[in-house]
Amino acid sequence: MKLHLKSGRLIDPAKGKDVVTDMLIVDGRIERIGQSLSADRSFETIDLKNKIIAPGFIDMHVHLREPGYEHKETIETGCASAAAGGFTAVCCMPNTNPTIDEESVARYVQEEGRRVTGGLVDVYPIAAATKGRKGEELAPMAELSKAGAVGFSDDGSPIASAELMRRVLEYSSMYGLPVIQHAEEQTLTRNGLMNEGLVATRLGMPGIPPIAEELMIERDIILLRYVPHSKYHVAHISTAGSIGCVRRAKVEKLNITCEVTPHHFTLTDEAVESFDTNLKMSPPLRTKDDVHALKEALRDGTIDVIATDHAPHTIDEKEVEYAQAPFGIVGLETALGLSVTELANKKYLTLNQLIEKLSINPRRILSLSMINIQEGEKANLTVFDPEKEWVVDIQAFKSKSKNSPFHGRRLKGKAIGIINNGKSLFV
Amino acid sequence: MKLQSRHLLGLEGVRKEDIALILDTAISFKEVLERPIKKVPPLQGKTIVNLFFESSTRTRISFELAERRLSADVVNFTAVGSSVSKGETLKDTARNIEAMKIDMVVIRHASSGAPHFLTRVVEANVINAGDGAHEHPTQALLDMMTLREKYGKLEGLRVCIVGDILHSRVARSNIYGLKTMGVEVSVCGPATMIPRNIEALGVRVYHRLEDVIPQVDALNVLRIQLERQKSGLFPSLREYHRFFGVTKEKVDRAPKPITIMHPGPINRDVELSADLADGPHSVILEQVTNGEAVRMAVLYLLGTSN
Amino acid sequence: MKTKVLDADGLRRTVNRLSHELVEKNKGVHDVVLVGIRTRGEFLAHRVAKKIEEIENVSVLVGVLDITLYRDDLRGRLDQPQLKSSEILFDIRGKVIVLIDDVLFTGRTIRSALNALMDLGRPAMIQLLVLVDRGHRELPIKADFVGKNVPTAQGQEVKVEMTEADEEDAVYLIENDEKEK
Repeated sequence: MKLHLKSGRLIDPAKGKDVVTDMLIVDGRIERIGQSLSADRSFETIDLKNKIIAPGFIDMHVHLREPGYEHKETIETGCASAAAGGFTAVCCMPNTNPTIDEESVARYVQEEGRRVTGGLVDVYPIAAATKGRKGEELAPMAELSKAGAVGFSDDGSPIASAELMRRVLEYSSMYGLPVIQHAEEQTLTRNGLMNEGLVATRLGMPGIPPIAEELMIERDIILLRYVPHSKYHVAHISTAGSIGCVRRAKVEKLNITCEVTPHHFTLTDEAVESFDTNLKMSPPLRTKDDVHALKEALRDGTIDVIATDHAPHTIDEKEVEYAQAPFGIVGLETALGLSVTELANKKYLTLNQLIEKLSINPRRILSLSMINIQEGEKANLTVFDPEKEWVVDIQAFKSKSKNSPFHGRRLKGKAIGIINNGKSLFV
Repeated sequence: MKLQSRHLLGLEGVRKEDIALILDTAISFKEVLERPIKKVPPLQGKTIVNLFFESSTRTRISFELAERRLSADVVNFTAVGSSVSKGETLKDTARNIEAMKIDMVVIRHASSGAPHFLTRVVEANVINAGDGAHEHPTQALLDMMTLREKYGKLEGLRVCIVGDILHSRVARSNIYGLKTMGVEVSVCGPATMIPRNIEALGVRVYHRLEDVIPQVDALNVLRIQLERQKSGLFPSLREYHRFFGVTKEKVDRAPKPITIMHPGPINRDVELSADLADGPHSVILEQVTNGEAVRMAVLYLLGTSN
Repeated sequence: MKTKVLDADGLRRTVNRLSHELVEKNKGVHDVVLVGIRTRGEFLAHRVAKKIEEIENVSVLVGVLDITLYRDDLRGRLDQPQLKSSEILFDIRGKVIVLIDDVLFTGRTIRSALNALMDLGRPAMIQLLVLVDRGHRELPIKADFVGKNVPTAQGQEVKVEMTEADEEDAVYLIENDEKEK
């Protein structure tokens, strides 16, 4: 591999860099960084005028569905989708079949990721916190962490028992890995199909009250205070109340972080009026006020990470009455476009801050090595065009599943290519 | 004059002129129901499917009679199924129906939005006979017809809907329809059964019948479903009857007689006392007859439009 | 272009004559009932009934028929005709019904009316009384009592105006460029 990246705008929040520069990458290493570099004909030159070079993006909340649900997605198609979205790494959630609650499965997903992508996209497993994600017994977290797990979660389900959550926090604290909680007090959300609010009342739909999320987070914060050396991360935060909990806990300097999905900062529960099942997810779309609070929280740093909760489902599974449809939508290929359009272009975040949320912060929370953009270092880069206008076409998705509510939406900002582990893929 | 939509999925957002057209047309069909031969030909040659995924003998019979009296050909599909395959069933069933070249579908389903889903899958006109807790437009229309018959007009009337509003599609359709026609609407029931934000729909909330009875012309009493007690929404039928049951003793305190309405079937002496149900101010039987006329009107208006 | 083919006096005299013919043909009005087709047939029926009362000193029952539900052109119209009710409050079994309409043209309206009447019972006989017959029958229908024959071409229209609903009593022949049956 011999790449000459020409006149790209390098934004590296880790070093506070924002400069137009050239880069020469040979066999996966950054050979030179500098202005107007010359390269011989053996190099492939890629003109990156007005495009951004950033440390590789990582999506820390993805459902790859393999092993067990390969009809929805496989590691191969999921990674292809990630690459198309500009991600050089994904963290896959353990609600597969078998669950990632054993060394062998954890190793499998990593190796399979390496095999099908040649290393272009790194797959990091998030292992189950409890055996089988049943919420009853601790999963073998020590073995799993040794096998490469970067965090623990029962996602799909909350760790419901306070006792279990305490033990998970205590045990995981030995390995410095975050516990990622799908915060939902399930006795409040029985049969719920959408956010409990005016729209649900009008549509006669059973509601998922916002306090179900807030109650769980508040409870977990009390546990976190009790087990202060553990690390706690709120998955897909969705309500203004939840933001309030996290903000207060951060003031107290507790070890708490959180992520938000692009659909939660873009859409509101009003969209559900169409009964389109591509608007059904858990946690559900919330009100305008919640969306506003999420964007403000991104701006002031209360929210650390943007992660998609990419949840593929087949057409047959989703093309049913609203009540029967499974929760979740895909998101890898629309994340960057939505982030640029809704956050950067609407002045909630600078591009620098956006890149922090998509690359620097998640890696820090998962204790992955920082990406060092420097001569001599391995190249792990995302290249994107922040000005590119495009229309979402679900048929063009690399993902096996097309369950996205954004088909036909005009977005600005698209990934052009990624470089990782000696491999590259440019559009 | 034509209805704005080729479907009747609900009354939310349906304009006043359309509701008035349906009610006026229903009056003509009520006359047809007085004739010795209660059959007229406008839907001759049309095929109508009654897709009932929730058991409901009365509503289905009411629709079926209306369809046959308009000379349509009728097919009944009752799928009181359970569990996972329900979803499959609807989509596959809808596709099969399309292939059989039918003209109209009347659907009742336990999920809100099922009729809307159907309109995306079939070409036929779709009539909602009740979807989850969302809407039951023909019920609200027959309620309005009955009120208009009794009082000569709808505008300015005061109506209270009593009972489990949270789970009631009859309540929602009535709220939307009555408000469009200028009726003052209130609801009364236990706090656990009144949805949050219901005031945002323009209704007043009461928790005591004694407070609302002096302020209304009519009470529309909803059936209390026993399963709701099991899910912890109210403690016992006895308590419900004592505090929220509509009884003669409570109603007699009103300054003038209150019209009693009920969508049926009645849990006698639970939500409504038997003497009121059979009393001189009950319009429950008229509601049933008007239901026939209203359904004929809706089928006629949708079936003869393009 | 509008031509008046019958004025108010003419209309009055025609109604007189039709009423006399009716009474003569039926040898009185025993068991005779009048059924007017909405809307101008209804007005005509009431005028004939009034005249008969003057002639025979007998009150004749009058009913109104709305034939919308029986039309053969209900679908495929851009506008839906407003459905009104029929009002036939007497038993038609065994009666001589004189069906009354303002203009007889293709005969389809009368066909609809016959079907509607049959659904209401079994009359002894149905006779047809029209103010104007403009020809161009498409069904084998014939009037027993005709006020005036007004031969027309396809592009023309006959309009009857009556003071119950319009400004004057008159019958007009109108030149129409758009054909509308």
